[in-house]
Amino acid sequence: MGFIRKYITDVFSAVKSLLKGMKLTGYYFTHHKEIITQQYPDNKDTLVLPERFRGEVVMIHDENNEHACTGCTACELACPNATIKIITKFDITPEGKKKKALDTFVYHLELCTMCNLCIEACPTSAIKMAQTFEHSVFDRSQLTKKLNNPGSKIREGIE
Amino acid sequence: MGFGFENITASIHNWLYNTFNPSIALLIEFILVAICIITLFSLLGLVLIMMERKVSAWMQVRLGPNRVGPKGMFQTVADTLKLIIKEGMTPDGADKFLFNLAPFIVMIVAMVLMAPIMFAKGFQIWDINIGILFFASVSSVSVIGILMAGWASNNKYSLLGAMRSGAQIVSYELSAGLAILTVIVLTGSLRISDIIESQQNGWWIFKGHIPVIIAFIIFLIAVTAETNRAPFDMAEAESELTAGFHTEYSGMKFALFFLAEYVNIFIVCAVGATLFLGGWMPLHIGNWQGFNHVMDYIPSSIWFFGKTFFLIFVIMWFRWTFPRLRIDQLLNLEWKYLLPISMVNLLLATVIAIAGWHF
Repeated sequence: MGFIRKYITDVFSAVKSLLKGMKLTGYYFTHHKEIITQQYPDNKDTLVLPERFRGEVVMIHDENNEHACTGCTACELACPNATIKIITKFDITPEGKKKKALDTFVYHLELCTMCNLCIEACPTSAIKMAQTFEHSVFDRSQLTKKLNNPGSKIREGIE
Repeated sequence: MGFGFENITASIHNWLYNTFNPSIALLIEFILVAICIITLFSLLGLVLIMMERKVSAWMQVRLGPNRVGPKGMFQTVADTLKLIIKEGMTPDGADKFLFNLAPFIVMIVAMVLMAPIMFAKGFQIWDINIGILFFASVSSVSVIGILMAGWASNNKYSLLGAMRSGAQIVSYELSAGLAILTVIVLTGSLRISDIIESQQNGWWIFKGHIPVIIAFIIFLIAVTAETNRAPFDMAEAESELTAGFHTEYSGMKFALFFLAEYVNIFIVCAVGATLFLGGWMPLHIGNWQGFNHVMDYIPSSIWFFGKTFFLIFVIMWFRWTFPRLRIDQLLNLEWKYLLPISMVNLLLATVIAIAGWHF
């Protein structure tokens, strides 16, 4: 008799689990407020992006046009597909010593997969992921960007 | 009801036979019926595809088509226009005659199946005395069209999809037939109008106790499989066979397969509504005279289409909820579960019918 019992419990548990699934989809069907699809081109002004959305890498500059990048190339080494190229220069400190500093932070947006590894690798939190996403341009060369502003320099006290 | 379809069809019939001689009148009636059916087909295609896309979107917490026309209403019209403009290619290695014939076979089967369906009180193309048998036998011809398409395409995916579809339809017809038989046993007639008349004092799903409810569930499962819809979409199997039997079809020939799929859903749901939910019969509860009178004021065509579209919605609900089955699981479900259960169920229903225990 064991197999008949198993057969019947199989049928009932199958029906029960299928009804459970139908209950959930039925709930979604009747509750349109659950829909989180953004009506993108129409709601451009009120668009809300999730906090963790990753659009592109930008460098943080403060009001004195100073950044926190020491030119250590940790981000360049962390990048899996050579998106970042750091060009360094040597500054002369007031004591007359030579010190390595950032000259140009080259960022190839066309190669970037938004994996966030460079941001995690950065020891001074100089770069972050921005929420911009309208990246289409007519020429590929426009996707190669310099992230440090012209004339910017490293903030005092960051080693 | 003063404005029922019954009076319209009767007056057209009388006028034709009084004005012309009988053979010409019959010919004109044929043409009128053909025009009605083709109009119904195109309307059903547009409405059901739109409904499927909206239902699927809402069940998956999406918005669905909302760009073409108000609330996306004309999306399917635009899609149809696109399909008409596209070229209907015939592959080089295909069996050209069978390849071009197959979509029409599938379509003609769907059209023939419309004959015994009663759309409203007294509004039926052909009230034959074997109505349900006609439905059960003609609906299995569509598998020939699918096999023809799969074979003639000269494509391994098409052939695999077609063979699977053959195995599936042959299996599931058994339990669909037994579920239909359960109601036939209680009714004692195969004629559609008799089946509907027998539900005057209550639909079979309420009158027939548990056996009819079980038969109704088995019928729904079996017709979902027979119309090749997910979770039983072995014939198309997008994830394994690209598009199954209609991989090689394009343009209007593909559209005919697509349209036939949706019209078949309508037909099986109409038959389900006729057998279990009383066709065009309004909902009557026992001796509540007032309630029954109010229900009588709703036209019979609205009752019929309401029930049919409710069943179509349930089948769409199945599609967008359940995971797909493998071919072996599919045949297991039929031969190990549905068939034994429906046989026992038929026996129960027969006992109830003989003993007269139904209401």
